[in-house]
Amino acid sequence: MKVTLKVWRQKDAQSPGRFVTYVTPELNPNMSFLEMLDVVNEDLIRRGEEPIAFDHDCREGICGTCSLVINGKPHGPHRGVTTCQTYLRSFKDGDTIVVEPFRARAFPVIRDLIVDRSALDRIMWAGGFISVRTGSAPEANSLPVPKDVAERAMDAAQCIGCGACVAACKNASAMLFVAAKISHLGLLPQGQPERWRRARAMIEQMDREGFGACTVTGSCEAVCPKGISLEFIARMNRDYAVALLKGDSPVRAAAAL
Amino acid sequence: MKTLVCFFTSSVGRKFLMAASGGLLFLFVVAHLLGNLQIFLPPEAINNYARYLQNHPELLWPVRAGLLVLLGVHVWAAVTLTLENRAARPVQYWGRPAPYGASFASRTMMVSGVAVGAFVLYHLLHYTVVVEGLSGTKISLRALKAQHDVYAMMVAGFRVWYVSLLYVVGVGALCWHLAHGLGAMFQSLGLKNRIYGPWLDRLARAVAALIFLGYASIPAAILAGHGRAHLQQVIERIETAPERGTPPAVRTPH
Amino acid sequence: MATLNANIPSGPLAQKWTRHRNESRLISPANKRKYKIIVVGAGLAGASASAALAELGYEVHNFVYHDSPRRAHSVAAQGGINAAKNYQNDGDSVWRLFYDTLRGGDFRAREANVYRLAEVSVQIIDHCVALGVPFAREYGGLLDNRSFGGAQVSRTFYARGQTGQQLLLAAYSALCRMIAAGQVKSYTHTEMLDLVVVDGHAKGIIARDLRTGRITRHNADAVVLATGGYANVFYLSTNALHSNATAIWRAYKRGACFANPCFTQIHPTCIPVSGEYQSKLTLMSESLRNDGRIWVPKRPEDCSKHPHDIPESDRDYYLERMYPAYGNLCPRDIASRAAKKVCDEGRGVGPGGRGVYLDFSDAIRRLGLAKVQERYGNLFDMYREITGEDAYQVPMRIYPAVHYTMGGLWVDYNLMSNLPGLFVIGEANFSDHGANRLGASALMQGLADGFFILPLTIGNYLATVHPSQRPSTDHAAFAAAEADVTQRLNQLLHCRGKRTPTEFHRELGRLMWDHCGMSRNRAGLQSALRQIAELRDRFWHEVNVPGESTCLNQALEKAHRVADFLELAELMCLDALHREESCGGHFREEHQLPDGEAKRDDERFAYVAAWEYAGPDRSPVLNKEPLVYEEVRMTTRSYK
Repeated sequence: MKVTLKVWRQKDAQSPGRFVTYVTPELNPNMSFLEMLDVVNEDLIRRGEEPIAFDHDCREGICGTCSLVINGKPHGPHRGVTTCQTYLRSFKDGDTIVVEPFRARAFPVIRDLIVDRSALDRIMWAGGFISVRTGSAPEANSLPVPKDVAERAMDAAQCIGCGACVAACKNASAMLFVAAKISHLGLLPQGQPERWRRARAMIEQMDREGFGACTVTGSCEAVCPKGISLEFIARMNRDYAVALLKGDSPVRAAAAL
Repeated sequence: MKTLVCFFTSSVGRKFLMAASGGLLFLFVVAHLLGNLQIFLPPEAINNYARYLQNHPELLWPVRAGLLVLLGVHVWAAVTLTLENRAARPVQYWGRPAPYGASFASRTMMVSGVAVGAFVLYHLLHYTVVVEGLSGTKISLRALKAQHDVYAMMVAGFRVWYVSLLYVVGVGALCWHLAHGLGAMFQSLGLKNRIYGPWLDRLARAVAALIFLGYASIPAAILAGHGRAHLQQVIERIETAPERGTPPAVRTPH
Repeated sequence: MATLNANIPSGPLAQKWTRHRNESRLISPANKRKYKIIVVGAGLAGASASAALAELGYEVHNFVYHDSPRRAHSVAAQGGINAAKNYQNDGDSVWRLFYDTLRGGDFRAREANVYRLAEVSVQIIDHCVALGVPFAREYGGLLDNRSFGGAQVSRTFYARGQTGQQLLLAAYSALCRMIAAGQVKSYTHTEMLDLVVVDGHAKGIIARDLRTGRITRHNADAVVLATGGYANVFYLSTNALHSNATAIWRAYKRGACFANPCFTQIHPTCIPVSGEYQSKLTLMSESLRNDGRIWVPKRPEDCSKHPHDIPESDRDYYLERMYPAYGNLCPRDIASRAAKKVCDEGRGVGPGGRGVYLDFSDAIRRLGLAKVQERYGNLFDMYREITGEDAYQVPMRIYPAVHYTMGGLWVDYNLMSNLPGLFVIGEANFSDHGANRLGASALMQGLADGFFILPLTIGNYLATVHPSQRPSTDHAAFAAAEADVTQRLNQLLHCRGKRTPTEFHRELGRLMWDHCGMSRNRAGLQSALRQIAELRDRFWHEVNVPGESTCLNQALEKAHRVADFLELAELMCLDALHREESCGGHFREEHQLPDGEAKRDDERFAYVAAWEYAGPDRSPVLNKEPLVYEEVRMTTRSYK
């Protein structure tokens, strides 16, 4: 099979970008989408042209590095998978496929299809952790966690931090990402001491990074490769309101870290 | 104090205010519908109800002021969040595809919201302020208002087919707004989980549909002839009444 | 010749670590903050070390080439992490975990290190639970375990099929906390391209900002490499595409010894190669072997039949037949070799006859579909995405693939290489897995090194140097190292040949898989050595790297890594050639028992082969650290 690619090319954040059309060589339907890009890039390199820059690493759907908006949907046509797990058998011979970077003000383009997602890291710095000093942990089984609670925490903890939720949302909201982390730690008994402080700190950092707000359209959940539920956003909203009413400060004194 | 300000400054806080104000406005919508449905009772029912409200300004005005504040909060939160949301996504995807997995109602809350706003404005001018030029009928609504006959006012107003149509479209927009807004309200307030959440969304759509049917039934019934006899009686009573001072003309001269 | 002193504490095995902790040198809190430590890598080892060192008060600078520390390849580990908790009451103990690991490694690991690893394993679970890892639980709320290859007890803790992800996120969250505290400075999208050695001590690195191409110099009192393994030498492996050997290879070329480079692990349960275009191989967790049964047809002529049409009597459950005691749960090297053997006999299934069945029909009958889905659902989903087949209906097809490298930079008991000030932790070092790593041990080692061992042992070095003596980045050694890096990058950019870096990488991978893979022989290795040298020569003449070095240039990154692989591959073959025995993952066809099992030679090869760089055109020098076992007797491994 062969397909026509309409790919966003942009030298760096400052330069304007544009779509460039490439007709691929003959492809095998069992190739992954990224292997198809590899093939196109190999061709470009042989011709001495600069290959299409795109993010990828583990290629098994867990590291969260790969991105891409394929025909208007982050991570390609299927639900519950990342771009690196999208295979060409999902497309037809002769298709034209539009490939764009994740679009959000908080995700500036670095080059071509690569965007800067460090805003998500900064949200994590603000409070995405349980403060426990190495060596001070109690015996693991001293704190029972009901199986259902552990499973729900795991449902939230599965987030791979790819940012597809932001890319899909018409408001470029990062609330699904933030809610997943707040819920993961907020559900577990270990996470209770910092629960309210964490909710405030992470949400307020999210606002500072220039993400939009949730309008409950559900796009984020629909494109999330790990199927993280909107339910967690409701949970986050509740935690935030309680945090404000309780008055826990999100600020940590340096010594208290 | 500084902490509570976050309800007005943070994204989640403003969503909370928007949901809370929207929820209270929704309660008003329900109460208003129940009041209006008295049109299907004998005329005295709704007229007594209206008179009771008019005679108790200490109830009426705080409620009106409250509604205005709620509306203000709701609109302010919506406008500021929408501006921020647009700024958060400055570049659109090629061909502007509809966001994957998002329902039509959820994507168009601003459109339905503005439509509802315009409709409410018209409704207030039509029946509360009573601007005669907007009613499209030769019967003076002001004259009917002077008689404290809300029943007759409604019948007279909705006998104009395009006014009725406008109302049906208006409450349609309201219910389109509510179909998403009611479910989202619970989400923003954090009162939703995976057990009852999906039912809440279905319930929200059902309630929105019921409200639409309730409101739309009034103009529909009136166009079909409901209340015509009473209106006729009222008009005749006014026209044959002994003149005292300058009675309002019920029918505008040709 | 390098002097290799393993610095193993004296005393009984069980007391060595305690004794070492008591005798290690401490640095006062007021002085700790004056020391600056560079940590390269943010996988389990790197992130946990950065966090733990920062908690102690050191100034830590962490470097990753990823866009976020959370993306390191530890994230992909599926199955679990071992710990000697004995929560199952099945007879587990620190000794047993130690012995299983040492025996699994075919007695080619350092006894004292492995014992310490087993000891610390217990603390790791406590700490990870406290950090919020949602480990699988039983209904009573306590931790659940599963069994894993190479052990007869259930000691593996897990979080669905994503244990590595959850542990990495925990280590990353600890790192985030210290970044927020200002104790760690995080450099993302920044790749270490060289090590700076001043007066024989590691004192800094040269790094390249992958976004801007800017080359930067960073000095420190000590450098910690936590840069993972080098399985991508084989081109096709289960490693992430960017996993590379550059950091450890540059350290090797600056004087650090490279130990046992030929010890690579071939994982038995991977999805078979489907075509030439393939960019990586995907692992199916070893935990699948708990319930899945591995088989091939008894007769080669049945291989093309649909598996459902092959009756039970015509199937060969070869692992259960050959290793009745451990059956499908025998160690990885053994399971892999057995798969190769049956495929070589012409009984492999699937395209090219390179595959064996992993069949869950018995498990589904025994446990019910729902239970199998609960245990392995995500793995079955992944299999369907990749192959388009439903493994609930037809057996999975699997084949071994390169997965892990036990070899790495040589370190002593303090995890310090022979270059003072250079510490190496996690997969990047050689220390704990001998010639074969057991499943669920890599996560254990990464976190043990990072959270609990290095933060203590690094003090033994730091106490001997003073922060005021830290060389500035203007030092001639920094300038020279930077000039080397720039020159190498420019050379790559100026080749302007006709072939892509990936083509060379693929060719190298094929060579290595054929001659230095699951089984090796003298003639093959000698031929590989010749061919690698040729390939390297062609690479430097024919490679094409478009673009420039002053902006993001993925072709340049790739070419630079391939250049290092082309050198490292040679050392691996050299090591494999010199080790005239079979042990663990290193199987020399000349050295096997009559039944085809590995024939170890403890007389001649009970040592760590630590190779020392001797210059561009000279053969590396072989240093030997004898493996002296004080409490364990080396025996022939038997899983029968």
